[in-house]
Amino acid sequence: MYTVIALAYLVSACLFILGLKRLQSPVTARRGNQMAALGMLVAVIATLFLYEILTPVEMIAATVVGGGIGAVLARRVEMTSMPELVAVFNGFGGLASALVASAEVARYFSETPAAAEAVTGGAPPLAPLTLTLAVTVAASVLIGTVTFSGSFVAFAKLKGLVSGQPAQFLGMRALTVLLLLGVAAAIGLILYGAYVFAEDSAFLMGGLLGLGGLALILGIFLVIPIGGADMPVVVALLNSYSGLAAAATGFVLDNIVLIISGTLVGVSGLMLTRIMCDAMNRSLWNVLLGGFGGADDDDGPDVEGTTGGTVRETSPADTAILLTYAEQVVIIPGYGMAVAQAQHQVHELAEVLEARGVTVKYGIHPVAGRMPGHMNVLLAEANVSYDQLYEMDEINPEFPNTDVSLVIGANDVVNPAARTKKGSPIYGMPILDADASDTVVVLKRSLRPGYSGVENDLFYNDNTRMLFGDAKESVGELTTEVKALG
Amino acid sequence: MENLIIFVLAAFIGVEILTKVPQTLHTPLMSGANAISGITMVGALVTAGMVGTPVAKWLGALALMVATINVVGGFLVTDRMLKMFTRKPRPPRDD
Repeated sequence: MYTVIALAYLVSACLFILGLKRLQSPVTARRGNQMAALGMLVAVIATLFLYEILTPVEMIAATVVGGGIGAVLARRVEMTSMPELVAVFNGFGGLASALVASAEVARYFSETPAAAEAVTGGAPPLAPLTLTLAVTVAASVLIGTVTFSGSFVAFAKLKGLVSGQPAQFLGMRALTVLLLLGVAAAIGLILYGAYVFAEDSAFLMGGLLGLGGLALILGIFLVIPIGGADMPVVVALLNSYSGLAAAATGFVLDNIVLIISGTLVGVSGLMLTRIMCDAMNRSLWNVLLGGFGGADDDDGPDVEGTTGGTVRETSPADTAILLTYAEQVVIIPGYGMAVAQAQHQVHELAEVLEARGVTVKYGIHPVAGRMPGHMNVLLAEANVSYDQLYEMDEINPEFPNTDVSLVIGANDVVNPAARTKKGSPIYGMPILDADASDTVVVLKRSLRPGYSGVENDLFYNDNTRMLFGDAKESVGELTTEVKALG
Repeated sequence: MENLIIFVLAAFIGVEILTKVPQTLHTPLMSGANAISGITMVGALVTAGMVGTPVAKWLGALALMVATINVVGGFLVTDRMLKMFTRKPRPPRDD
């Protein structure tokens, strides 16, 4: 019996791995996702049938309600809101893991070993309450709960319900340290409680409730000081936590498929976290400590033109001429494009230009937007072919052969100060070398600095033209002007 | 102990496979991975499906609902995104 289940779990683990492998190319990715879904189905069916689960009514209700909510969310969500949705899903993943681990512990409270064997049907028998088990339960509850509350703070920040500014108050760090000490104490209590469980079960209960409560607050405290544009790192890290929480639950239940898939997700999130940090030239620690940036803060760095240069403003008509007679145009989208929902207009402009023989490429910085790959999804939604989307390392050698770089709602990722100004907060951050192209046209609402609060030297370059206005409207006007050129 | 071995080996497989995922697919990777981490659903099924321990059962049922949101929503939204990643023929040129 258990052999059959183990084999089914092995099959589903293999399907997960093969499915993820197919995500290495956009050609096979969709099929890969379907394979992973099939793997999930296999695991669920095997669990249902082979454990002879006894109370189907509640379970069917829970599955139908959960599945319905999931389907509605997946269908309704706008592509621009994808970061929020991913944050919410991360949170649910963490919550589910913490709940399952808690449920497993609850069995020890209400079952005597003899009764347990009599009533659990085909479910696996209770393992002895060892210290190892206590450690894994604590890990699962801690990681799962932190993921849950942290993800919902991230969601609120992305949605604009809470200020995207890094929120910090006096003594916040001290409070966080106190929370961490409390967490350590609760884990100690859980371990002690497991040790003396047979005599007194109150310690374990107290430790678990304490840990859950503290972890809930800790998750909020960990995410709240982190600013909006650092959300790609936060979302990726929470993604990783949700996987690790599932893996920890796998240790609790002694369930292989949970361990394997949880670990895969954990690794995936950690890898994305590292890519994001590298792309900002900041350590994970630096991001997590928070407080970076704050574009709208009055006490931010000097907003006056520190470079002392003048800005050259341009008009849609002039820019249209530049674009039409260019051989190659590189479009550099940023979070501003997402905010303005301008992706469809951008694609229309690109098509009009291509019809006139201009080569159009998109250069995408890893941290553009609010989550890894954010720009790519938006442009894919607008029907942009994926082979036109270039990563930073691919597009940078192209800039010297580029006639016009069109910067749409991006800022820090094209700031040459990252290359030249030692001491600048963004110094050393890899950037898109837009300034190497013949002309740079920056579409922006104002001269306000980007997230880092650093003045953008690019705006004052001789070969830079500023086109002020809402990205959607400006791009629309450009398209009209290009068309008018015949 | 075996669990630890499986954990470490799975981590190596993960690194091997996932570092080759292109930047363009990082969002679907996250949402797809998210759906996979809904595998906790399996654990929830076991705990929810048992008689005799009401607390465990209700915790399990709640976990099951939440995990199912993740699984169904995650796979569907990933599919919706991946459907959009297509290679289009260049529009015909005027010249």
